[in-house]
Amino acid sequence: MRIEPVDVLLAALGAVALGSGALVVTTRHVVRAGLWLVVTLGAMAGLYLVLTAELVAWVQVLLYVGAVVVLLLFAVMLTRAPIGASDDLDRPRWPALLVGGGAGVGLAALLVDAYRWTRVPMPEPGRAKAIGEAVFQSWVLPFEVLSVLLLAALIGAIVLSRPDVGRREG
Amino acid sequence: MHPVVPYVTAAGLFGLGVYGVLVRRNAVLVLMAVELMLNAVNLVLVTADATVRATLPHSGQVFALFVIVLAAAEIGVGLAVVLQLYRLRQSVAVDEVRLDTGAPLDNGPDDETNNARHAAAGANG
Repeated sequence: MRIEPVDVLLAALGAVALGSGALVVTTRHVVRAGLWLVVTLGAMAGLYLVLTAELVAWVQVLLYVGAVVVLLLFAVMLTRAPIGASDDLDRPRWPALLVGGGAGVGLAALLVDAYRWTRVPMPEPGRAKAIGEAVFQSWVLPFEVLSVLLLAALIGAIVLSRPDVGRREG
Repeated sequence: MHPVVPYVTAAGLFGLGVYGVLVRRNAVLVLMAVELMLNAVNLVLVTADATVRATLPHSGQVFALFVIVLAAAEIGVGLAVVLQLYRLRQSVAVDEVRLDTGAPLDNGPDDETNNARHAAAGANG
């Protein structure tokens, strides 16, 4: 049972991610939930860096912390969410606690049972070149399909945002 | 490294996301909890990529990139739906959405204002 420095790093970043994630789903301020989400996503990017997934980490920072959180905060503003603490954000807790806790603890037990305390050597430092080769050699068709999907999502969002959607005819 | 550490982190994050989706009433907060779940899945993919020797190298990281792009598409369409809901009902509480009525504007608490607004929008357009 030897603990390596990389394990300490992973555990610390995981604790940050879990703690701020818990605040995202429990805070009574809508805006603060978005800001705690930034902390969670940043800690996840740190985890990816430690796990040698460099490109994924920077894409995470660009796309999640940059774009998705800004979109979420825009939505918070556009729906005129209350700025201060509000008490009506949550539904009854016990069913959700049961299902969510069951899912989390069940998955954790499954993974702990599968991996125990096995040790694997650290992979080589990740480089964007290897990921680029994987994307454009093995996974080029899904990559192109994904661009079509992004276009469809863009058009769908525009159509949904038109003010005359949902108006009754006549 | 011991892969069980990031795996347990991912399981905990997924549980938090499930809890958030079930407990939150504000639709924007529900979407934030969905992002937590997607990130937990990404962490599993990246950890597996770092610890499993696969036939195709770096497939886990490529899948994580695909999931990030899918999450971006999902959040765009999801927020468009939420904003349209707010425009129709002046509320984004998910447990106030009536699923049993065919017409989205019927029986709403502020039906008159909506109809007046849409009539005005139709006159302008």
